[in-house]
Amino acid sequence: MLGLKRKDAVLLIIVSILAVLAPIFLNPFPEQSALSQFNAGYPDLMQRFVIFGIFAIGFNILFGLTGYLSFGHAAFLGAGSYAGVWMLKLLTINVIPAIILSTAVAGVFALIIGFISLRRSGIYFSILTLAFAQMSFALAASVLTPITGGETGLQTALNDPRILDSANTTGNIPAPSLFGMHMSDSFQLNVAGWLWTFNVGYYLSAVIMLAAFYVAIRLFRSPFGIMLRAIKSNQNRLNYTGINAKPYMLSCFVISGMYAGLAGGLMVSMDPLAGAERMQWTASGEVVLMTILGGVGTLIGPVLGAGLIKYFENIFSKINDNLLHQWFSFMPEGAENFFVTIIHPFIGKGWHLTLGLIFMGVIIFLPGGLVELGQRMSKIFSSKNSVKNDKTKTTPAE
Amino acid sequence: MDQIILQILNGLDKGSAYALIALGLTLIFGTLGVVNFAHGALFMLGAFCAITFSRILSVSHVVIDETQKDFLGNPLKVDIPYIYDWFGEPTGQAILNWSVPLAILFTIPVMITLGVIIERGLIKHFYKRPHADQILVTFGLAIVLQEIIKYYFGANQIPNPAPEAFIGSFDFGAAIGMKAGSIIYPYWRIVYFCFAMLLIGSVFAFLQFTTFGMVVRAGMADRETVGLLGINIDRRFTVMFGVAAAVAGLAGVMYTPINPPNYHMGMDFLVISFVVVVVGGMGSLPGAVAAGLLLGILESFASMRQVIEALPGINQVVIYLAAIVILLTRPRGLMGRKGVMEE
Repeated sequence: MLGLKRKDAVLLIIVSILAVLAPIFLNPFPEQSALSQFNAGYPDLMQRFVIFGIFAIGFNILFGLTGYLSFGHAAFLGAGSYAGVWMLKLLTINVIPAIILSTAVAGVFALIIGFISLRRSGIYFSILTLAFAQMSFALAASVLTPITGGETGLQTALNDPRILDSANTTGNIPAPSLFGMHMSDSFQLNVAGWLWTFNVGYYLSAVIMLAAFYVAIRLFRSPFGIMLRAIKSNQNRLNYTGINAKPYMLSCFVISGMYAGLAGGLMVSMDPLAGAERMQWTASGEVVLMTILGGVGTLIGPVLGAGLIKYFENIFSKINDNLLHQWFSFMPEGAENFFVTIIHPFIGKGWHLTLGLIFMGVIIFLPGGLVELGQRMSKIFSSKNSVKNDKTKTTPAE
Repeated sequence: MDQIILQILNGLDKGSAYALIALGLTLIFGTLGVVNFAHGALFMLGAFCAITFSRILSVSHVVIDETQKDFLGNPLKVDIPYIYDWFGEPTGQAILNWSVPLAILFTIPVMITLGVIIERGLIKHFYKRPHADQILVTFGLAIVLQEIIKYYFGANQIPNPAPEAFIGSFDFGAAIGMKAGSIIYPYWRIVYFCFAMLLIGSVFAFLQFTTFGMVVRAGMADRETVGLLGINIDRRFTVMFGVAAAVAGLAGVMYTPINPPNYHMGMDFLVISFVVVVVGGMGSLPGAVAAGLLLGILESFASMRQVIEALPGINQVVIYLAAIVILLTRPRGLMGRKGVMEE
């Protein structure tokens, strides 16, 4: 199907089904129940799932296939965001041109940075990309204020030119839309206490994410992808066989940057505000975390990692002490207070502590991320079966 | 002329902080071969050791002072630190006043212990793993350390003043025979620079003139052979990690009066320190020190008014720009050795 092998096609179909039904199964708890705070099926969060999924897929194309660890990928996300907002301001409030332009701008940006950074490899490459991203961040926050809005960020305004749209200078600031459908429009369905929200912006992002995922699968399986893996395993040997690895690396870097730009463009399409902090190196670190947590070099890993980090970020930040007291209220008072005190540093504002610990745990015990966890689990279960088989099997004499 | 001298001086104190952190990074890299992204966090921990120390010193008990009255006419409650009771008030005040330099004594054992624990508990298991894994695990460690500090000390900057004797400025212009008041420089920054030079000097002396240092240098050159000679090189490298942590910690302690510490100061310095290490040449100790001072001075020159007017924004990016230029023209850095981290 679509030029994919059976296994990949199945994966793509599963991901598509999950993406389409996400508003339903991300809301497993009825609206009024005590557990409804664990619901993730509201538009803002679901949009973030898929957008960061795109970002992580793109990062994984670079890091997973070639092993080049870029610590400055947020710069492309930021560049894409700015380009997107400018398109929404100048051309039209329709999101299509904004998304296209942000991808293109991020690609050009990646071409320039990649051309220089890729002259070095290993840790030097990481430092160079980090240096470029920090430079972009510093410039965007200070000198480039006319273009980037500086520290307050860039946003749409009522009196923007928007040459393709009919002029409106009264009323509200127009919201980003797709041929008349606003990104924030939703259709709500209330079924026996469950509230499901189907949001335009989410479905647009999900469709684009699926397309991006499909391209990534094709890329992973293509001769180009195999060449990139060869670079990862032994670049010297590749050079000795007479192949120049540079163009492959550069195109990989640009593709990866364009994914980041696409994510940036989608981000401003959902909420037309771009700030410089999007380019800061902590943002670059975040996408590294997502990819590692999910599983480097695997197809589905980055999407899983992005979803998981964004979900926990949201849920953990929401839990507070009162809630903990409710949960542990079945215990005697002393034990209740004890557990609340122990858990307190890890929730609410302490979410980053939890994130850091999870991340360290994954690196130490599970370098392959969640995907490796899944593989190990399935191996444990299948090996039980195979042990049974072994007993019935008789080993032939040698 | 006076402008130039002033900028060089300004660059020296920040540059010496960069140099100290970069020195520790290079030590760790040269001995253990690990790229330590948590080194900025160690710098930050050092600064918070100073804060903790001054808080411990000022632990006090409340005494009702009958001689003083508050505005309602009630006897005033006064907090008396315990050290006043133990050493008498003048000595106690002096100790509190000098808490920053005294914190050095407190920081060294704390940081060495912490460094050894980190090395034995975590980094030991990452020698055989790829550099990317080492970067990532230490990056995670940095996040954790940073968040723990944020939990206990809050997110705001905590001021920690220098001893009163060093508050105020030194008229450097008058001292070198120029017009008085043309070059004014705070005393504490001079102290910081001298301290940094002393610390760097003692690290080099330790490596150069002691048997322990000789073995460590031999281990840096050829770990396997030293091991074959029956020397437990791993244990010495662990100690070196402790030393590197202590150097970063001391840099942090002495930096608190210049810049009140908060929980993410380490990250801010770390990114630049990595640039410093790469510019100096991975694995080269003199290179790290020289590059640290050079980049510090470069940064302060770029923040001169005339320069900013000519090239707006240059003060923000000059360090990264310098790094890019150097990496592309001298791929091994200023003093990098051949064969270290080539790939």
